[in-house]
Amino acid sequence: MTPPDSGPTPLARLEAAFAAARSGGRKALAPFVTAGDPDPTTSVAVLEAVGRAGATLCELGVPYSDPIADGPVIQASYTRALTSGITLEHVFSIAREASSRVTMPILAMASYSLIFRRGIDRFVADARAAGLAGFVVPDLPLEESDDLDHACRTAGLALVRLVTPTTPPERAEAIARRSTGFLYCVAVAGVTGARTELPPGLLDRIAWLRTKTDVPILVGFGISSPDQVRAVAAVADGVIVGSALVRRIADSATERPDEMLAAVERFTGELAAACG
Amino acid sequence: MPAAAAVSSVPDALGRFGRFGGRYVPETLSAALDQLEREYALARADQAFQAELDGLLAAFVGRPTPLLFAKRLTEYAGGAQIYFKREDLSHTGAHKINNTLGQGLLAIRMGKRRIIAETGAGQHGVATATACARFGLECVVYMGAEDVRRQAPNVRNMRFMGAEVRPVNTGSRTLRDAINEAMRDWMGSVDTTHYIIGSVVGPHPFPRIVRDFQSVIGRETVEQCRRQFGRLPDAVVACVGGGSNAAGMFHPFVDHPEVRLVGVEAGGRSGLPGDHAASLSYGSPGILHGSLSYVLQDQDGQTADVHSVSAGLDYPGVGPEHAYWHDTGRVEYTSVTDAEALDAFDLVARREGVLPALETSHALAWAASEAAKRPASEILVVCLSGRGDKDAAEIARLRGLAADGSGGAR
Repeated sequence: MTPPDSGPTPLARLEAAFAAARSGGRKALAPFVTAGDPDPTTSVAVLEAVGRAGATLCELGVPYSDPIADGPVIQASYTRALTSGITLEHVFSIAREASSRVTMPILAMASYSLIFRRGIDRFVADARAAGLAGFVVPDLPLEESDDLDHACRTAGLALVRLVTPTTPPERAEAIARRSTGFLYCVAVAGVTGARTELPPGLLDRIAWLRTKTDVPILVGFGISSPDQVRAVAAVADGVIVGSALVRRIADSATERPDEMLAAVERFTGELAAACG
Repeated sequence: MPAAAAVSSVPDALGRFGRFGGRYVPETLSAALDQLEREYALARADQAFQAELDGLLAAFVGRPTPLLFAKRLTEYAGGAQIYFKREDLSHTGAHKINNTLGQGLLAIRMGKRRIIAETGAGQHGVATATACARFGLECVVYMGAEDVRRQAPNVRNMRFMGAEVRPVNTGSRTLRDAINEAMRDWMGSVDTTHYIIGSVVGPHPFPRIVRDFQSVIGRETVEQCRRQFGRLPDAVVACVGGGSNAAGMFHPFVDHPEVRLVGVEAGGRSGLPGDHAASLSYGSPGILHGSLSYVLQDQDGQTADVHSVSAGLDYPGVGPEHAYWHDTGRVEYTSVTDAEALDAFDLVARREGVLPALETSHALAWAASEAAKRPASEILVVCLSGRGDKDAAEIARLRGLAADGSGGAR
């Protein structure tokens, strides 16, 4: 293995991005977009648009054929990307291109099926070379994660863990202890996708988690509007918004890319303002 | 280094069959899988649970199912003696009911009154709907839209028993997509709902639980062979999609190395990618639907499209215990084409008076051809996993026959 390049690790850059938001009196905004949706070039432009609009970091969804944690909107975006021929090579090249143009750290949201198939070491090395800051792996529970955890620590990448409403307290503490970069607090028991209301007990759950870990706590699944962002940002360190953004990309992507990019930037800006 | 010999005392505490198995699911499902594992351990130790299940298997399912000498098929093949383990005589017409009754009782123990299931051929859907009707549980069955079309009689029967059938229009609109949708339902309903998975696939502890409930097939076969022949058979064969009838048949034989075990996968139209569903014959290690096993996938790990004439075998993965048996060499896996399976359907219909399921017809095709090569002193048992009534209309359609079976090219 080649020695890591000089300068801060990707994980350190991610931590610095959170620190910068904090010192500016803002909560972190982490938009989710699907790599290669609607096509590789536009995908890079989408990442630039969310970066310009004030995103603190970005989750880049790696299209997968069988995403069981995702609702219809993100599923459809994965299907669109795969149908248009997007491969992992495209995903890494989108990340590389975007990370040379934006300062926000970009994390890959990737199924463990894809990571396992490529091989953990190779996947992690490719991700690091593409400028990615780390991973969210939605189908990798604590018990199965030692190998990827080790590879990420060695490479200086974040491995973000998820806690959900069904996670028992002791397990949530164990997960929080192992999470690097931030802790992903899943707002609802269910798949990704916009909900009209915040689930009852969410704010209490975040406050409880706050007493158990020092890493930033970001909340995602079901958060789609500036009002919801404001409510969650009052207690959490940041929010993740996926389906609401992906839907805007789908609505106008093919006919009018410029209008779509403007809509993405405008919507991300509204969410960022709600984090202020 | 040669692989270690297969043992029957798998999986381990993490759900590993050798290196296969495990639990690769969203965190939202972890607590429910832990609960299921705990409850299943309690149930296994609970004589009342076993007694209740045994009572249902006897009076409701009609077990033990017979071991039938296939006299005219044996004469036709001209070699080894062929026997059928008659799972097709089970209530609902296939082995699937063994598992749904067991898991239904587990759901009741866990206080979960809503059941979801996936189905391909519809046999597991019918068996789940049946168990739910018997136990008074709410039942939702996810089924690929393509399978809803080709297995219409089973869809109708599920609805007769009060189940809601939800056609799945995503992806390839077959079994794999039905499992995805069932998992997504479960993500949002896990507090009140039990997912009765229909095969030896999915995250730990499902592969073990389904195998255990299906092992009644193999246990009965061992006993029947000892009684009827005074010895174990020379070979046992079963079809393998996800692999539940095969796992249940094989597991009690695993520690008897003198018995040859053969799993027959769906060879489809050809060995080209997309033309078959033979995960062990053509696939590679990968993760699908929560466990590590053999998967038909591309170089990135995207699940491949697959094909089989039989909806129940039309699946790009296989249970992790089969992957373990494959790599240890304990079970031989081979494949049979659509055309060979259809020919075996005809052969067994005409020579034995049994309409086998298209899934089962794959095992029968191999059995008829293999028996011809073996001496008459040998005994070959086929797991006759299900009956073919559900396939009759599709077979007629494939052959250009009228609905009443007349006319057509053949």
